[in-house]
Amino acid sequence: MNATIYDNRPSTQTRNKIHPQKFALWIACASIVMMFIGFTSAFVVRRAAGNWLEFDLPNLFFWNAGLIVATSLVLHFSKVAFRNGDFSKYKSLLVAGSLMGIAFVVLQYEAWMEMTSNGIFLTGNPAGSFVYVISGVHAAHVLGGLVALTAALVHAFALKNFVTPQRIHRLDLTVTYWHFVGILWLYLIFFLVLNS
Amino acid sequence: MASITTTKVSETDLLIEEYGYDDHFHEHHDEDKFQSSFITTYIFSQDHKTIAKQFLITGMFWGVMGAMMSLVFRMQLGFPEESLMWLKPVLGKWITVADGVGTLAPEFYYALVTIHGTVIVFFVLTAGLSGTFSNLLIPLQVGARDMASPLLNMLSYWFFFLAGAIMFASLFLSTGPFSGGWTAYPPLSALPQASAGSGAGMTMWTVSLVFFVVSVLLGGINYVTTVLNLRTKGMTMWRLPLTIWAFFITAILGILSFPVLVSAFFLLVCDRALQTSFFLSEIFIGGQALEHVGGSPILYQHLFWFLGHPEVYIIILPAMGIVSEVLSVHSRKPIFGYRAMVYSILAIAFLSFIVWAHHMFMSGVNPFISNFFVIFTLIIAVPSAVKVFNWIATLYGGNIRFNAASLFGIGFVSMFISGGLTGIFLGNSAIDIQMHDTYFVVAHFHIVMGVAAFFGMFAGVYHWFPKMYARFMNETLGRIHFWGTLIGAYAVFWPMHYLGMAGVPRRYYSFDTFENFSHFANINKFITVAAVVVFALQVLFIINFFYSIWKGKKVTTRNPCGATTLEWTTPIEAGHGNWPGKIPAVQRWAYDYGKDGKDFIPQIVPLADGEKDNGDH
Repeated sequence: MNATIYDNRPSTQTRNKIHPQKFALWIACASIVMMFIGFTSAFVVRRAAGNWLEFDLPNLFFWNAGLIVATSLVLHFSKVAFRNGDFSKYKSLLVAGSLMGIAFVVLQYEAWMEMTSNGIFLTGNPAGSFVYVISGVHAAHVLGGLVALTAALVHAFALKNFVTPQRIHRLDLTVTYWHFVGILWLYLIFFLVLNS
Repeated sequence: MASITTTKVSETDLLIEEYGYDDHFHEHHDEDKFQSSFITTYIFSQDHKTIAKQFLITGMFWGVMGAMMSLVFRMQLGFPEESLMWLKPVLGKWITVADGVGTLAPEFYYALVTIHGTVIVFFVLTAGLSGTFSNLLIPLQVGARDMASPLLNMLSYWFFFLAGAIMFASLFLSTGPFSGGWTAYPPLSALPQASAGSGAGMTMWTVSLVFFVVSVLLGGINYVTTVLNLRTKGMTMWRLPLTIWAFFITAILGILSFPVLVSAFFLLVCDRALQTSFFLSEIFIGGQALEHVGGSPILYQHLFWFLGHPEVYIIILPAMGIVSEVLSVHSRKPIFGYRAMVYSILAIAFLSFIVWAHHMFMSGVNPFISNFFVIFTLIIAVPSAVKVFNWIATLYGGNIRFNAASLFGIGFVSMFISGGLTGIFLGNSAIDIQMHDTYFVVAHFHIVMGVAAFFGMFAGVYHWFPKMYARFMNETLGRIHFWGTLIGAYAVFWPMHYLGMAGVPRRYYSFDTFENFSHFANINKFITVAAVVVFALQVLFIINFFYSIWKGKKVTTRNPCGATTLEWTTPIEAGHGNWPGKIPAVQRWAYDYGKDGKDFIPQIVPLADGEKDNGDH
């Protein structure tokens, strides 16, 4: 009797497909995407109404797109190293990825400075305001990712060198979110280029 | 520690033991983590059943608040000459006194209308309805121990609580709460100096609603994940009860539409606080030109209604799911057209995203673009009609038990038809030229998504009260509640159609300067009296509810209404984890009523040899 019961383990309960928390993260990402669709469609509608200031995007936006992709790669290899039990590589890549993440936020701020020096301010024509708001809200989501990375760093240096499924899962969630904010910035920069 | 309440081993237990799935839940001693003290059991609980009760009771609090606000402004509309001095102890300076006659301050009238709309739409019919029943029923009916993330689920309630606390506090501001309408259109919402409520009142309103969106998203992410990942063995999507389908699609609607509202609020806050001009253009206040140039208030309307229209389905779909289940159980018949019901939910959900501009026909939208929205709006009548047909066909020839739950279910269908028909009027942009911003609109949406959603909620409360509190509500009081509310609600809202056709505008504080509306004074008196009666009946419901929690007739059998779904296989007072032993496995769809000579066959009963599952293709 017992044997048949265990043979009947439902796939939905054994979590062998996708971890519910990972799935929940994807749904959360979908809702963040909807918020940016809100911003970008407002951008399109407002631009079509005319009285729209055309200006060049700061170059740093494009450099930062490369930077955030590189960050994603570094964090990905950190995760791979952790799974393989290569702790020194895992920790050094995690530190490097976190520093690159901080650099992204700082350089986004520099990009804003570049815009202000070109006479594009938050107030004034909505064309400029939209770019500040879109990049600013994106940066806020990157900051959320940095908080998650901080937690990952605490785990990396405070916990003993053990590979457990729970720790792989946690790191996986953090890195997945980073991939998401990276892809989000690529979409946003692509959108802004397409509409200017 | 959960325990089996019956010593006699029942057939249900045997079925669960034989076919169920052992997830070793009770070996982990999760109960200790979840229910070890008063605080973790009743306040910061992570048990979905307790969180459901928290949502329900908080929703009831806001329901009473919102209803009392409506009584105050109905007093103003029905009896503008009467003195409101007796409200002075509560409303204080908002009752202005001249010659011993107390009058409601006009700015507070607008605040009451605004907050009435906001709290009923968001706090009562979103959080109180889908928050309550999604939490209660999703884990119980899909066969899960709890939500995918009990922690996020708890946070979902407490963000809602926080949103409510901030909204409540804003009522006591010396400048009054926000008063620019629940839609918060700029410029009244974007310029703090635009009106008394536009300052601190609007700031608190926005903060409150942002917390509310956080609550909806945390809840929604949990609902979707639980439905998709934590269904028990054998529970395919086509075996889900319609309640779960409705909650599932509702959660997806919320996840996709509420973030757009956040975008709108974010831009609005920038306009308010950072002097941007997203929604503001060429505005003069007190003869002074403002610096805002180049914005578009219509843009806000687009963003707002991109949430706002799905929001009305976020309100009505859970009610529809509840009614489908309740009508099927109490007419002892399978739901008619199960798959058509699911497809119509999906169709309504899809269409809800492409009809938002029908709220803006009179906002200066291009009439050719309006045509597009008219067509899709009218197409919503198709899946809605499918649902109505199926509910009626479910009742037809059924062995109907007319109890409070099923009566409210039938009442829902009545309200949905009455309110839905007027939607066809309003969905036409040409007719909307006459009807827009009149009492016809007020009548339409109050019947179709206000009263109807409340009826769905009442049906659910009466039906699942035994599951929540292991006691029954008083049936006689329930029927008085139903008949009084049905007649009373029609008495309140039916006459408003005539007012609206005659062009009486909504949101007006007083009609004393309009001679052509003066002969409606008696209708307005009638509406106000009916509203007072309906409110009194809701007080009766609340008394019945709380009395029954402690003093109601005890539930003695596990499945008192003879339903097939999994929630009735748990012990009468289910502990954390819902089932004391294994999780039941599902063998058939949720609507085997009156099959093969049996009154009903629970979902956990295996198919007999050669028996076909009606849920399968």
